[in-house]
Amino acid sequence: MHEVMSKEDQGLMDKFLADNTLFLGPDPEIMRNHQLTPRSAMEEEILQKGIDPHQVHHIRGLLNSALGESFTMVNQMGAAPGAKWGDLVTGIYTAQGDLSMIAPNGIIAFAACCFYPIRFIMKNWVNDPTVGVKEGDGFIHNDARYGGIHNTDQSMMIPLFYKGELICWLSTTIHEGENGACEPGGLPASAESKYDEGIKMSPFKVVENFELKRDLVTFLQNSVRDPRLQLEDMKVKLHAVLRLRERVLAILDQFGRDALVGTLRHHLEAVEIEMRRRISEMPDGTTRVVQFMDSSLRESALQKISCAITVKGDRMIMDFRGSAPQFLNRSVNANIASFKAALCTGLLQNIWPDLPHTMAVLSPIEIITDRNSILDAEGEMPQAMSLMPLFKGCVVWTIPMNKFNYSLPKRYSAVIASQYDQAATFIYGGLTQHGDITGNFCADINGNGQGARSDADGEHSISPVFGFMCDTGEHEISEEDTPIIRLGAQRLAKDRIGWGKYRAGMGYEQIATARGSGLWGFMTGCEGSKFPSAQGLFGGYSCPAYQLLKIKDINIFKELEKNPNVVEVFDIVKLMNEQPIPNATYSSNDMGMTFELCNEGEIYMICQGSGGGYGDVLERDPKLVMKDLSEDLMSHENAKDIYKVVYDETSLVVDELATLNLRASYRKERIARGKPFDQFCAEWVEPEPPVNLPYFGSWGDPKVIYGTHIGQRIVMDGDKLQGMFMLNPKDVKISQLQAKIKELEKSAKSN
Amino acid sequence: MNVLITEYLRINLDTEKWECRCCGNVHGSARDNYKRGLLVYDRDPSEIHKPLLDIKKYDRTYAPDPTWCRILEYYCPSCGVMVEAEYLPPGHPPVRDIELDIDSLKLQWKDREEVKELVSAPDLALQKVKLQREIHSKIHNHSHDGEHDHKNGKTL
Repeated sequence: MHEVMSKEDQGLMDKFLADNTLFLGPDPEIMRNHQLTPRSAMEEEILQKGIDPHQVHHIRGLLNSALGESFTMVNQMGAAPGAKWGDLVTGIYTAQGDLSMIAPNGIIAFAACCFYPIRFIMKNWVNDPTVGVKEGDGFIHNDARYGGIHNTDQSMMIPLFYKGELICWLSTTIHEGENGACEPGGLPASAESKYDEGIKMSPFKVVENFELKRDLVTFLQNSVRDPRLQLEDMKVKLHAVLRLRERVLAILDQFGRDALVGTLRHHLEAVEIEMRRRISEMPDGTTRVVQFMDSSLRESALQKISCAITVKGDRMIMDFRGSAPQFLNRSVNANIASFKAALCTGLLQNIWPDLPHTMAVLSPIEIITDRNSILDAEGEMPQAMSLMPLFKGCVVWTIPMNKFNYSLPKRYSAVIASQYDQAATFIYGGLTQHGDITGNFCADINGNGQGARSDADGEHSISPVFGFMCDTGEHEISEEDTPIIRLGAQRLAKDRIGWGKYRAGMGYEQIATARGSGLWGFMTGCEGSKFPSAQGLFGGYSCPAYQLLKIKDINIFKELEKNPNVVEVFDIVKLMNEQPIPNATYSSNDMGMTFELCNEGEIYMICQGSGGGYGDVLERDPKLVMKDLSEDLMSHENAKDIYKVVYDETSLVVDELATLNLRASYRKERIARGKPFDQFCAEWVEPEPPVNLPYFGSWGDPKVIYGTHIGQRIVMDGDKLQGMFMLNPKDVKISQLQAKIKELEKSAKSN
Repeated sequence: MNVLITEYLRINLDTEKWECRCCGNVHGSARDNYKRGLLVYDRDPSEIHKPLLDIKKYDRTYAPDPTWCRILEYYCPSCGVMVEAEYLPPGHPPVRDIELDIDSLKLQWKDREEVKELVSAPDLALQKVKLQREIHSKIHNHSHDGEHDHKNGKTL
């Protein structure tokens, strides 16, 4: 038995340990806690005294305006493509670092991550004599392991002091893109360890006396491919957050410290109370969904995300146990704090968009994961393409929450199937036509198709899954800055639709090449080439699979000079099927591609995707089918085969009786071919995943996890997950080719 | 009293049974998996998401890979309406997607009036997108309604 330490000894021991911590890494005490901190003494004192609700409302309005103003400043002045098209946020936090409010049009997830680094600063730097936190300081951060979505996003966080007292924190965040990673653009799918991810800023002081410290700025510029962007956006973020500071100081002068502190805290607590009230309106029980990601972005790999939502009274528990294990050398892992930020975003985007955008929406929800799973990866795991599981986190609510909420006598937003959930955009890098080195991504990431609604079709290319407010960009601006030329853009992808009684909103085609650069390349970070990604609802179908298409070994500009009519129309399906450009190499590939050099005039083609459909296709109003045909969204083959409509192809006049009869007979066909569930399961269910399928995650029992490690299938207990080491795809290819050569040699000898 | 659970399913609280909202067919006990009362068909996904590229030229054609993904279509055995379309790898156990506490449900609805059709609510996400586009248009002095006066602008 150890003797119990005296209070004095314990204090000495704690101080010794605190003074001798070798590395202040991501702190599990901070990073695993998504809940509101208990009231501080100041907050307690103010709220105990009571606050005026009218004044709270007034101050909230002023803060909203101030946050909106600083958002617009960054939006207008920011140099990063992400800033231009809305991939940013500004926020205000309590003195303890709880996120209270964000700019009304900002990216929720960014701010939902910033409270982690602020808590880190409060815990470690406030009392550290070599750092400290004082008036005029500003802190920067980008490493998602300390809070954040991914390392392309950089934040500027400043403490706000009033009459010598720390009152609150303010932040601005932009998706900057380039960060010096092993591939340009900041999202390196080829990162095999965290040390391939480029610059990894833990929260540190980069501003003193309201000025950027030039030595540190230079260090950061020296660490990325786009030093001008790094400097310009650091200035933009600082000056926008300083404007926000001026506005908040004015509120403090007008209303006083208690009114502001009380408002920030009251806002959080009120949202949490409202969340619990809404949860308690839902039926008790459990709804479940499984999602599948089909690529590690280096090879095909089927990874499961398992989600069970349980409601009991005002408690909600999200259980992700049974999901895929983490990868040791693939970049598609996410840490739990990032994943929770994605959940927070998805809840506000897809379920209750009317709730104030604060971290308090997630605070009352209990979240359970398997440690070392792809959603809860260790800090050493590469996570540069964490977007893959994070986008799933944004939409994971849609199916199970609609199954809870459909019955309710009071609803807060529409019933909508899943939005398309892939980062379907070109990431690029290289030398621009102006001689600058750059790397970033195109704003097409913001054009995900909406899921179908219970009473209407989905909207085409509505927004990204992570924000309401982002635009898909102006190609002319991009063409001025980079060698990318759009041969085809914003053409809706015909027949690539989530079918249903109401169809999903569709995505559009992106056809790109490069011109005027000595060295240029593209990459794409998408899944869903084998297993569709956006799920349908209540009998609606998912979106289709999507591919990356290439036309290589030609220069389209020279071909067009030779024959201006060589391509009739830049339409992906036509180009690939008709192959009009002579001597070109046409290929259809997985949507995930690591950085690849693009010679001048070679063509790369991808699509933004469709959301999921809603309801039984046989219930679709034939008039809506005709409308889709008249808008050239779909082919006659699908109108007839999927929707079973009888009509005249020229006039698009529907034969209603014949359609009714056809649909009635098709329902009878369904009944004839369907098997009773128990019989079906007895024949269909396998005890484990097919041997030839590179499968990751649970199968039947959520406690038993399958994986492939160094080329071999292994089985693990869910609470003892290990990372999966994947073989180099080139080595795999070489050994396959060597085996083929051996076989050919053998057969040549025997002949 | 009936409680609507999905577009095609309701729970009859008096009988504690799952029922079809289209034809009233009784699918089974509300305390059990509703799927047990339905018919299931293992659908090749490439029949629904048809190849758009020439299958003689390419392996990847926009159709899902049927060796990786199947669609389980669930039909009402009486009227044939498709209640669910579940995408799973071949042989994966179907998910029990809805498991409600029927006793709590009865208690919860004791004082509520029956809801006969889905209560409509606005698409707030879409409203927010439209509002933002309007703000964006004002800032850039162009319109997203098909016409534009931005000298280099394009519209979706």
